[in-house]
Amino acid sequence: MAEGLFKEGIVGGRLAPAQYADNFSDLHPPLDHHEALVESDRCYFCYDAPCMQACPTSIDIPLFIRQISTGNPIGSAKTIFDQNILGGMCARVCPTETLCEEVCVREVAEGKPVQIGRLQRYATDVAMEQGRQFYERAASTGKKVAVVGAGPAGLAAAHRLARHGHEVTILEARPKAGGLNEYGIAAYKSTDDFAQAEVDYVTSIGGIVTENGKALGRDYHLADLTASYDAVFLGLGLAGVNALRAEGEDASGVSNAVDFISVLRQSSDLAGLPVGRRVVVIGGGMTAIDAAVQSKLLGAEEVTICYRRGQEHMNASAFEQDLAAANGVVIRHWLQPKKVISDGGKVVAIELEYTAMKGDKLTGTGEIVRLAADQVFKAIGQSFEPSALNGSGPSVAMEGGRIKVDGEGRTSLAKVWAGGDCIAGGDDLTVSAVAQGRDAAESINRALIG
Amino acid sequence: MADIRNNFVGIKSPNPFWLASAPPTDKAYNVIRAFKAGWGGVVWKTLGEEGPPVVNVNGPRYGAIWGADRRLLGLNNIELITDRDLQTNLREIKQVKMDWPDRAIVVSLMVPCVEEAWKAILPVVEETGADGIELNFGCPHGMSERGMGAAVGQVPEYIEMVVRWCKQNTRMPVITKLTPNITDVRKPARAAHAGGTDAVSLINTINSITGVNLDSFAPEPTIDGKGSHGGYCGPAVKPIAMNMVAEIARDPETAGLPISGIGGITTWRDAAEFMALGAGNVQVCTAAMTYGFKIVQEMIAGLENWMDEKGHRSLDDIVGRATPNVTDWQYLNLNYVAKAHIDQDACIKCGRCHIACEDTSHQAITSMVHGARHFEVIEEECVGCNLCVNVCPVENCITMEPLAVGAMDKRTGKPVSPHYANWTTHPNNPMAKVAAE
Repeated sequence: MAEGLFKEGIVGGRLAPAQYADNFSDLHPPLDHHEALVESDRCYFCYDAPCMQACPTSIDIPLFIRQISTGNPIGSAKTIFDQNILGGMCARVCPTETLCEEVCVREVAEGKPVQIGRLQRYATDVAMEQGRQFYERAASTGKKVAVVGAGPAGLAAAHRLARHGHEVTILEARPKAGGLNEYGIAAYKSTDDFAQAEVDYVTSIGGIVTENGKALGRDYHLADLTASYDAVFLGLGLAGVNALRAEGEDASGVSNAVDFISVLRQSSDLAGLPVGRRVVVIGGGMTAIDAAVQSKLLGAEEVTICYRRGQEHMNASAFEQDLAAANGVVIRHWLQPKKVISDGGKVVAIELEYTAMKGDKLTGTGEIVRLAADQVFKAIGQSFEPSALNGSGPSVAMEGGRIKVDGEGRTSLAKVWAGGDCIAGGDDLTVSAVAQGRDAAESINRALIG
Repeated sequence: MADIRNNFVGIKSPNPFWLASAPPTDKAYNVIRAFKAGWGGVVWKTLGEEGPPVVNVNGPRYGAIWGADRRLLGLNNIELITDRDLQTNLREIKQVKMDWPDRAIVVSLMVPCVEEAWKAILPVVEETGADGIELNFGCPHGMSERGMGAAVGQVPEYIEMVVRWCKQNTRMPVITKLTPNITDVRKPARAAHAGGTDAVSLINTINSITGVNLDSFAPEPTIDGKGSHGGYCGPAVKPIAMNMVAEIARDPETAGLPISGIGGITTWRDAAEFMALGAGNVQVCTAAMTYGFKIVQEMIAGLENWMDEKGHRSLDDIVGRATPNVTDWQYLNLNYVAKAHIDQDACIKCGRCHIACEDTSHQAITSMVHGARHFEVIEEECVGCNLCVNVCPVENCITMEPLAVGAMDKRTGKPVSPHYANWTTHPNNPMAKVAAE
């Protein structure tokens, strides 16, 4: 047993050094050749397949699986990339259990869907490991497009625009491209620096220049882009984190779950990464699960997720909830944070109030529970920060706190499109961001060459 | 409890499941393992004449095709008859028969097409105490190039001649094994019958190439860059074999001639089907070569349970029961109408019935109803072809439901006639036999 296991406070080195690599290994190990063949044989090659309809990027799933089964993984990868150039990451992070695999007819028939996500990973891995590129740029159009944000939406848009022969400049605030794929997804879902490998794969089509450390509103303004580019695509993501609205939440030891995940993803030494002995995560979505599970994997003794509504209301999929439970995370429902208790400026506990539905309104019952905690993560949602966007020049119209777009991704401003988490009506999924980036790029292309 | 003891041309075995003449019956070691596992009998792998034994290739002997999950559907082989010394085989046959007196041991034979050769081998086989002989007129590869095996089986006159020699020179029952590599299996069966055979067994394997290596462009199995057609067997050949069994069983010239059914038999159900079509017992090879000898336990218990369930007391109650129902197309009742029906509770909405019907058949299955994914038969279009039943991955989800007499056939707009009417009297048939006024 490692010495650090029961240390109070937020410290690193809770586990034996070798344990970290085990804990953060691939959540779904890749299928080997034999496993892929066995699994692909299970696909019924449905007509107008439900899985394909459920995929936000409409990948022709029966076709790509059939191509695996006939010994043509390269053709399979092209079928995937035709619809989703980030098919490799989507294969790893998509909540398939609520998308393609949920509606697989073998889920209906036997409760055991074809493992579509793992098959997609198999095919895309084969192609990417061989460095196979399927697309060539069309002749240069001489048109310049700025893409703000190098996340899934921006990368998908950039790739499609580059294919059409446009000159693309990606402006990214962070030091690396990839967006949430690089900074926001649990480490065990994207091992071996896959996010960067994918960025390289996508941008190697050519015609894409990425400028890192360029933040909208700080280093340049939207008006600068519309003045010097033929079109602009906004894939800004969500920069804001919702506050707990609990007394004392500025205590040391209270932080954003997304920041914790980001630091963890960028860490080259997980053993040195500090984590609390007793961690409380407030929230009910994928981010809450990612933060809680990774806290446990770093050696936290007790990790509790507190969610203010019931199990059935959680945004985290059933699979993710099970994953948390299997890792020893306790998920408690109907609890909302009231007060962070600190000692000497450091969090030592959190008080939560039980909640209940009164009619259709969530209200506190007045009953309070106190959980010992030396680290608290806020994971109650992220929000769009419009200040960077609408700081100067004409404003982009908003809807529900995010950018308003039409069916093609056009914003209220001429020459400006948007997609990904920053637009209204999104579902905060990587795969949806890819679809929106891709489709906005097609719309931009029509506008530019029309 | 059903009695599945078998008496085939006087050869008795505790059950009707024999291992066919093939690699699994080449030597005592395998045959003893088979008997321990419960097989009722074996046909010992084909013996040749005295002298230096045949040689086999030293590379791959088998090729295969597979279904989903790499289930073996069809196997082919280019192995020849036994490559072991004749005396060794005879000694082992004698010993095994002595040790396992209740099991059937039939010896497969293939010697050159001259009477002296048969006269020479028959007494030495008889001396082993074997229960009978099977004449290998079917082996399609190698031996046929030397004027034996299928080369004999493809010439009815030779069959009749050799069978007659055998019947004249041994007390043992003679089973004539037929090749399917002919156009009309009734001809060799009639010839064997005319020669006095006690029974026929069929089918032997079918000429085949199972695959082509797309790197070397050589057929598989590949021997030093070349391949030769091998004998095809396994589940894929069962329909071909069953038709040939039925053709002989219902041929007036060979009616009542005992048949040992062979061809892709894998389960008790396959065996029961062959027997219903007229086979007095069955021989198995590929299933054993795929899964080992233990499969016979499933076959025995499955056959017994089915017979008990249906009230069949002995094999005589089932053999040939389906033979009278095999007929020519021209006698099928054209007034019979069936329509596909999809059980919506069982349907998993894969849509394969729809696309099969829509793309390749009669546009008789919906894909959308009131904006929802829904697969339903359009009776106005359904000709009752059964394709949807066959492509559906869920058993009993789609069924063919006969229309009752008098019910309206929505496709033709006519009620179902109570009368049997076939092509021979159909008005569209220029050869129709018009009933006498």
